[in-house]
Amino acid sequence: MKFALKVWRQHDANAAGSFVDYEIDGITADMSFLEMIDALNEKLLLKGEDPITFEHDCREGICGSCGFLINGLAHGGQKATTVCQLAMRFFKDGDTIVLEPWRAAAFPIVRDLMVDRSAFDRIIQSGGYISVPTGGAPEASAILVGKDKADVAFDAAACIGCGACVAACPNTSAMLFTAAKMTHLNSLPQGQPQRDARTLGMITTMEQEGFGNCTNHGECEMVCPKEIPLEFIGKMNRDLIRAAMNGQTEANVRVDANGKMVD
Amino acid sequence: MQNSQSQGVSVRRISVASNPIIAFWQTVVGKKIVMAVTGLVLIGFVIGHVAGNLKIFIGPEAINAYSRFLREVGQPELEYEQVLWIVRSVLLACVALHVTAAVQLSKLSLGARPVDYKEKKNLATNMSAMTMRIGGLFLFGYIVFHVLHLTLGKVGYDPGEFHHLSVYQNVVNAFHHQPIAIFYIIAMGALFLHLDHGIWSMLQTLGFSNRKNQATLKGIGRLIAFLIFAGFISVPVAVMTGVIH
Ligand code: HEM
Ligand code: FES
Repeated sequence: MKFALKVWRQHDANAAGSFVDYEIDGITADMSFLEMIDALNEKLLLKGEDPITFEHDCREGICGSCGFLINGLAHGGQKATTVCQLAMRFFKDGDTIVLEPWRAAAFPIVRDLMVDRSAFDRIIQSGGYISVPTGGAPEASAILVGKDKADVAFDAAACIGCGACVAACPNTSAMLFTAAKMTHLNSLPQGQPQRDARTLGMITTMEQEGFGNCTNHGECEMVCPKEIPLEFIGKMNRDLIRAAMNGQTEANVRVDANGKMVD
Repeated sequence: MQNSQSQGVSVRRISVASNPIIAFWQTVVGKKIVMAVTGLVLIGFVIGHVAGNLKIFIGPEAINAYSRFLREVGQPELEYEQVLWIVRSVLLACVALHVTAAVQLSKLSLGARPVDYKEKKNLATNMSAMTMRIGGLFLFGYIVFHVLHLTLGKVGYDPGEFHHLSVYQNVVNAFHHQPIAIFYIIAMGALFLHLDHGIWSMLQTLGFSNRKNQATLKGIGRLIAFLIFAGFISVPVAVMTGVIH
């Protein structure tokens, strides 16, 4: 198969970027999208040009490293599929394919198609954990978890933090990610002790990182490779009402060197 | 707005506000919930309003009596117009909260993607959802005009045309001015778009929408928005076509 590519090339966060045209031949239908870029990069290296930078790790759809827009759609538009799992048979021979990085103030471009998603790490830092007692491994049946709760928590925990929800959102909101991480822990008995602080902290940190506000367009759930539903955003909202009713005012948030909350 | 390069910033446990209500309102989700709840009150008002308007088809006595009822309800225990003013205050507070939250939240979203995509496709959203901000702004302007017009008679009438409490004649006279009738119909189109997304969006924000019922709830929201639209425009259309005179 043969393709024409338009790839966003940008040297670093502050450089001006632009699309550069490439041609690639000899691609087979069973190659993954990233393998196609690998093949192009080999050609570029042999010509002494800079290879295209993109993020990847597991290449089996579970780590959340990969992701960019392909022809205007996060991860390319195949249902429940990350870029690394997208096979070239998804495209027609001779297609022109446009590659663009996630665009968000909170995700500065590192280079080309790679962005810095550490804003997600700081949202996790503010509440995406539970306190565990130290000592020997507890009895497996010591904490009983209902099947319904386990199912919800498991569906939410499927989020790999790739950032496609933010990228696809017309508001550049991180609510689907934050709601998934929160629903995972807030649904389980182990997550109850910090529940209200977690809710307030993760929501506040999300805003501090510069993400926009959700207006329920629903673009995020369409591109999510793990099919996280909008429903979890509703659960997060109800958890915030719960936190307010319980009088929660303390939370882990971003503070400056003087200990003052940053905007 | 911060990123990983910012100096001396860390995540710490602090008290974010002196009381939980402020803590709630400070968050984006808190404001979004306030928009949903105030929106729900406004939807309730609009449904009541459209039902009241339709009394005009019964005749002048029906609608004029209804207008007097709105002012006299509760008498003699309560003062003349007391209930009306309580309802007006609640509605005004809802509009103020709804708009304040909308402005503050929109600012965040508009600043969150300084460099836009060159090529971006959408899969789920529609015109209704995309016009919430601009349409909401227009509706706000419409409400100001509408109160000055049909409630107070300060704009849109020839001298001597408007008489307080003669609702039937005021409405007929109002829509004999064709540009005004057309403006009302356009404004109700904007209201349809706002509620088409707004009704479902409110249910989603408050946690009533889920994977199974999402499509149904969106359909119900659109149907309600359409019925409200049809009910409101029936009055100017009836005046323009001479059904009501
Ligand atoms: C074509 C559609 C409409 C017609 C014919 C209409 C007609 C009227 C009339 C005749 C009044 C005065 C009633 C009285 O003095 O007793 C009124 C009041 C009012 N209308 Fe409408 N209306 C329409 C649409 C709307 C919409 C869509 C909204 C809001 C979203 C709205 C908001 C109001 C408000 C807030 C008042 C009360 C003002 C006050 O009492 O201070 N109207 N309307
Ligand atoms: S590289 Fe791990 S999910 Fe794609």
